[in-house]
Amino acid sequence: MSVDLQTVKRVARLARIAVSEEDAERMTGELNAILGFVEQLSEVDVSGVEPMTSVTPMEMKKRQDVVTDGNKAADIVANAPATEENFFLVPKVVE
Amino acid sequence: MSDLTRLTISQARAKLRAKEITATEITEAYLQAIDRANPALNAYVAVTGDKARDMAKASDARLVKGEGGALEGIPLGIKDLFGTEGVHTQACSHVLDGFKPRYESTVTSNLWADGAVMLGKLNMDEFAMGSSNETSHYGPVINPWRRSRVDTVVMPTTHQGDGGFVSAGGTKTQRSLDNAQLVPGGSSGGSATAVSAFLCAGATATDTGGSIRQPAAFTGTVGIKPTYGRCSRWGIVAFASSLDQAGPIARDVRDAAILLKSMASVDPKDTTSVDRPVPDYEAAIGKPIKGMKVGIPREYRVDGMPEEIEALWQKGIAWLKDAGAEIVDISLPHTKYALPAYYIVAPAEASSNLARYDGVRYGLRVPGKDIVEMYEKTRAAGFGREVKRRIMIGTYVLSAGYYDAYYLQAQKVRNLIKRDFENVFAAGVDVILTPATPSAAFGIADEDMAADPVKMYLNDIFTVTVNMAGLPGIAVPAGLDPKGLPLGLQLIGRPFEEETLFQTAGVIEQAAGTFQPEKWW
Repeated sequence: MSVDLQTVKRVARLARIAVSEEDAERMTGELNAILGFVEQLSEVDVSGVEPMTSVTPMEMKKRQDVVTDGNKAADIVANAPATEENFFLVPKVVE
Repeated sequence: MSDLTRLTISQARAKLRAKEITATEITEAYLQAIDRANPALNAYVAVTGDKARDMAKASDARLVKGEGGALEGIPLGIKDLFGTEGVHTQACSHVLDGFKPRYESTVTSNLWADGAVMLGKLNMDEFAMGSSNETSHYGPVINPWRRSRVDTVVMPTTHQGDGGFVSAGGTKTQRSLDNAQLVPGGSSGGSATAVSAFLCAGATATDTGGSIRQPAAFTGTVGIKPTYGRCSRWGIVAFASSLDQAGPIARDVRDAAILLKSMASVDPKDTTSVDRPVPDYEAAIGKPIKGMKVGIPREYRVDGMPEEIEALWQKGIAWLKDAGAEIVDISLPHTKYALPAYYIVAPAEASSNLARYDGVRYGLRVPGKDIVEMYEKTRAAGFGREVKRRIMIGTYVLSAGYYDAYYLQAQKVRNLIKRDFENVFAAGVDVILTPATPSAAFGIADEDMAADPVKMYLNDIFTVTVNMAGLPGIAVPAGLDPKGLPLGLQLIGRPFEEETLFQTAGVIEQAAGTFQPEKWW
């Protein structure tokens, strides 16, 4: 399978990355080189094989459903580019 | 006093405990070395001198009282992927500009609890995506190793005074260093360079497809990626969560064992952290390997592999045989599919993990006319080319209509790769010996690799299988190529049998010796 320019632009939109016409053209070539390389996987017979879901066979650890942390609003917003009273500020979303 | 930066961790530990040296002295020695070397090597992206001096002072106070921890007073470098409280943590990406976390990763917390001293944050490929450390926002790291040339020089006959020959003429051979700059490998290139060039006693690193072992091999250092689940991933910037593992890069096998013991732990904050006590890895070094079964996988003999890599492999086989190991030929039939499967699984996980960099909660923000444009512009400006490439691949293979053909298929193949290893281990193989990389270090801005991303990806051909199967792997220096560059061998073990790797790597190190670059910087 290979991608065309339109697909690359659509994927960039899905990935929320702005691309120029020139970027999209270059990426089309690069992505097709990688997709061409991974194409060989289709020749592997995987009938009856489960997809891997856990690297180490183990039951996922579950912790008690209790509050162990909190009162860290100032820490959480400390690195944000724009904040006001412990809220993250973003451009207006709802008119 | 002799140069304190030349001491291995085990040597420094003994001298610190015996009060022959102080943590402050050794820390100052490293800070001076960094100051002199970093403009040339670019291994550190942030040096935390004040913090290092404070930590060293506290170590000295504990050492005086005889209360020193396992790494008391040992100065370490930390890969920029590890969250360090109040200190530069950017995964060497522009998108995390100015990020200083309010928390400390579990691995680094463990090191500080054992008394280690932080010298600073180490350069790396952006978000650990790369095999040459050239994708860093902070510029490439330079390998302290350079190729050398052997010239035959004709000596003129010269006289001094009455009949006093200075030179009787003839020829002599002379080894000279080439000026070409080489990459240290990646993504942990800063860690490997800093350890190799004596800019820290040891370093933390991470490995998703070979990012500890390949740079270790390129710099003549020892690097171990432990079993998935051995080191907590909590507080480490995520790349591909089912493949990422932290581990050390060190100057010798013993130092790697000392560091891993401290880095590894059982952590309730990481659901994939495995409930097993951490053994004393150091105690495994020096134990005889007589009767151990060493597997040699035929699929690792790849087309176009340079002669010196094959020769190195044969040397490794001979050393282990001489030490009493039994050498057996094995087959890992799905080896060739590991790299293509990796380039689906890793980008897929990365595209999901890197969705969080949106200009809202941390790092860079580029304004836009609405929130979507802000996201798009921030991510366009913040991510480098390689990172964008991988996010795009990941987004594509996870998108509607392609999920089954790519992602599901890759996860099934991944199970087959894991099964290959399980079969040989079930047949009694204790450890697998392979080359660590298909070549020695290559040049900065290699044109072939710049033109074709897949060429760069092939660097991880021998290491990536280990991540796909979640196994432990160690790269240990085994010799120099004809141009004087270090080459490494890789040992792969059963899950959680890192001790077997240290034991076997110790035998290789004993036979091969250790390797230091000639100082030019």
